[in-house]
Amino acid sequence: MRPFRAWRELLQPGDYAVMAAGIALCVYAGFNLWRGGAPDGVIVRAGGNIFAETDLSRARRIAVPGPLGTTVIEIEPGRARVAADPGPRQYCVRQGWLTHAGAVAICAPNEVSLMLTGRGGDFDSLSY
Amino acid sequence: MTRSVIELRPTAEDRRIARHAAAAIALTVAEAAIPLPLPGVKPGLANIITLAVLVRWGWREAAWVSLLRVFAASLLLGQFLAPGFFLSLGGALASLIALGGAMRLPRRWFGPVSHSILAAFAHIGAQLVIARLWLTPHDGVFYLAPLLGAAAVLFGLVNGIAAAALLREPQDPDMERAGTDGVETRQDTPSRL
Repeated sequence: MRPFRAWRELLQPGDYAVMAAGIALCVYAGFNLWRGGAPDGVIVRAGGNIFAETDLSRARRIAVPGPLGTTVIEIEPGRARVAADPGPRQYCVRQGWLTHAGAVAICAPNEVSLMLTGRGGDFDSLSY
Repeated sequence: MTRSVIELRPTAEDRRIARHAAAAIALTVAEAAIPLPLPGVKPGLANIITLAVLVRWGWREAAWVSLLRVFAASLLLGQFLAPGFFLSLGGALASLIALGGAMRLPRRWFGPVSHSILAAFAHIGAQLVIARLWLTPHDGVFYLAPLLGAAAVLFGLVNGIAAAALLREPQDPDMERAGTDGVETRQDTPSRL
């Protein structure tokens, strides 16, 4: 670090503190602003109506009744999936864990849908 | 018909401000030729002059130099009264307020690098607020904040070191004397702070 010695002499101790504070502020702002797409909640619909609306902070399972039977939604911190569905083709189950805001799993035969909410979703609205 | 003569006597301070502002304007114009990776991210080399003037001649002269620089450079670059001018002016005013506070920090601990970084953050803060309220009325502008903050630390450090190095130079005795004796200031000597 010999070439920088002359430069380091121009810095006072407090200057390092100000620099560190500035970098910390940037990192903090980056983490808070660029979590783009991180989901913060989940909406479960059954037959077109909202059946449950909750956050993603703790793990739980929600049983949703539909015309074919019960669809089971599984929630874990930061993600959610359809764990079981009585539908014949299992598309919504095979989608696996949803992790992004705006992601949707639709179990059409049983008229159940699971959607993650949060800032930075990929679309404005969705109707089906 | 009597001829009326208006005689303006520039003081030593006036000449100092003019010299420093001229240096700052030259740096701004030179900097405009540097291609920038992102709109709004630029080194702000003219602030080296402001920082050095602040330490050596006080806040009032630094404010004169900074604001003269904003107006004159925007005229030279054809930006006067364009959005960029208001961003520049807002940033400069916020920086000056921050410098007014920063210069009161104990000198033993906080040098020009601290002044520079604090002023740079005030600068981008004001610019983001102006951009949010007026130019891009959408919270999307704040997504740039971490990048602008990183640039503020980097260029704040670089400019601060440059200002500290300038302040190591001996003071030009010409600066104190200039103009007071009515003699033309010397043009041939390189100007020092």
